[in-house]
Amino acid sequence: MTATAPVIRIENLGKTYAGGFDALKSINLDIDEGEIFALLGPNGAGKTTLINIICGIVTKTTGKVLVNGFDSVGEFRQTRSMIGLVPQELTTETFESVWATTAFSRGLFGKPPDPDHLERVLKSLSLWDKKDNIIMTLSGGMKRRVLIAKALAHEPKVLFLDEPTAGVDVELRQDMWDVVRGLRESGVTIILTTHYIEEAEQMADRIGVINHGELILVQDKNKLMRELGRKQLILNLDEPLNEIPASLDSFDLGFGNDASELVYSYDTQAEHTGITSLLSALSRADIRFHDVKTTQSSLEEIFVDLVKRIK
Amino acid sequence: MNWYGVSAIYRFEMARMRRTLFQSIVSPVISTSLYFIVFGAAIGSRITEIDGVSYGSFIVPGLIMLSLLTESISNASFGIYFPRFSGTIYEVLSAPVSVPEILLGYVGAAATKSVIIGAIILTTANLFVDISIMHPLWMAVFLVLTAITFSLFGFLLGIWADNWEKLSIVPTLIIVPLTFLGGSFYSISMLPDFWQTVTLFNPVVYLISGFRWSFYENADVAVELSLGMTAAFMFICLLAIWWIFKTGYRLRT
Repeated sequence: MTATAPVIRIENLGKTYAGGFDALKSINLDIDEGEIFALLGPNGAGKTTLINIICGIVTKTTGKVLVNGFDSVGEFRQTRSMIGLVPQELTTETFESVWATTAFSRGLFGKPPDPDHLERVLKSLSLWDKKDNIIMTLSGGMKRRVLIAKALAHEPKVLFLDEPTAGVDVELRQDMWDVVRGLRESGVTIILTTHYIEEAEQMADRIGVINHGELILVQDKNKLMRELGRKQLILNLDEPLNEIPASLDSFDLGFGNDASELVYSYDTQAEHTGITSLLSALSRADIRFHDVKTTQSSLEEIFVDLVKRIK
Repeated sequence: MNWYGVSAIYRFEMARMRRTLFQSIVSPVISTSLYFIVFGAAIGSRITEIDGVSYGSFIVPGLIMLSLLTESISNASFGIYFPRFSGTIYEVLSAPVSVPEILLGYVGAAATKSVIIGAIILTTANLFVDISIMHPLWMAVFLVLTAITFSLFGFLLGIWADNWEKLSIVPTLIIVPLTFLGGSFYSISMLPDFWQTVTLFNPVVYLISGFRWSFYENADVAVELSLGMTAAFMFICLLAIWWIFKTGYRLRT
């Protein structure tokens, strides 16, 4: 194995459920060590199935998954001991204490007891003062933290976060992302799915978009936003226009919130953005403006656009 | 071998017993005492001896076996069914533990609990009647073998059941009647010939007979046959569990 080999390699992975539903169709994907990879897709796209196959919860129909070079089926001991999973559902041992359930997870994954490590994990998730509490007495957000603590108890190299912030308040969400950033800095590879696309925008190094069981795009986040994102120049006019003059037909113009807001869409990757020409043309047409601002399409807009295009 | 994993599952299951200590220990003590009052005192006064053993002493192995079977099944089935029901099974399925390790953890804990309860019933019974154990080693072998076998069966039941009703229906409607009809409270030689033959199709007969032999050297069937039947049932359960994990039946989609 070379130093540059991906920590996870997925080759031609397919899953057909008993009823004949194709949940995954020949997925190929490499995930590099130490990156944060965000997997986006609508409900039922196949995100959780993909994660569950890698973790060993769901059986694959075709293809293979390698984790750090080990086969996820034939060498499951090696692969699973490297993986931590935070599931989508709040599934916790209702009657256990936070400490007991975290210690259980560490043992289950084949690691000897290490109270110092568990203490560090619980403190990083603000759970230390709750360590003796019975899980059923905790709030939903706290239970979510417990799931993260359980997943980190055996010091995984790869952490799967399947919608970890669903139903979590803003403050807690921010705390969680701080923990995730800390983990990444310590070399842990993180694969997350989320419905909050702004989180992927904020956190991820690379984005994968999955729809109807097919991986339709995998790209560096910044590159994706540059390539698929559109920028807009918004001009606040002194006088509203009845219509856009014919002399401006060559520009991709439209009205914004009202006729006093002129919106010019342009491609940031193009050789010429056309902004200088537009401003000259406006001057020639005697259209005056008192304010200018630019906006860039969000990852959410890109995602929605991508999914629409595939449909 | 992931011994830490086995230990984690085992200790987790044993912790469940500690949480319900009162129910786990007091309940079998009370029910055993009730059996002695009803069967030992009321019926025992009319049946003084069976095969040279006082009736009260005669029913002790059957009583222990009755609790051993029901406790083994309910402990093991609940142990695996509850994580399936609550969803926490994901953690075991995604952990680096093999099928034998999972079994050692869950079935080992269930069997341990059953053996502890068996010992408690034996101690309680000793307060009511004189008990002699002619072959203590064989008694221990039958006790442990039966606890493991029926814990394996309970584990199967916990995987097969997809609701609480199914979980309780097998012990209530199948195991308890088979135990009552399997010679817990009588020798099958007391039955008419036809019913003796029918009774031989009841697998529990072999368990009780072998277990009773270890106490009093009295057996309805040959002790080798009892051991063989218990081992055969254990093998069938292991085979079924192996198939479940191979196919993922009700565990992995």
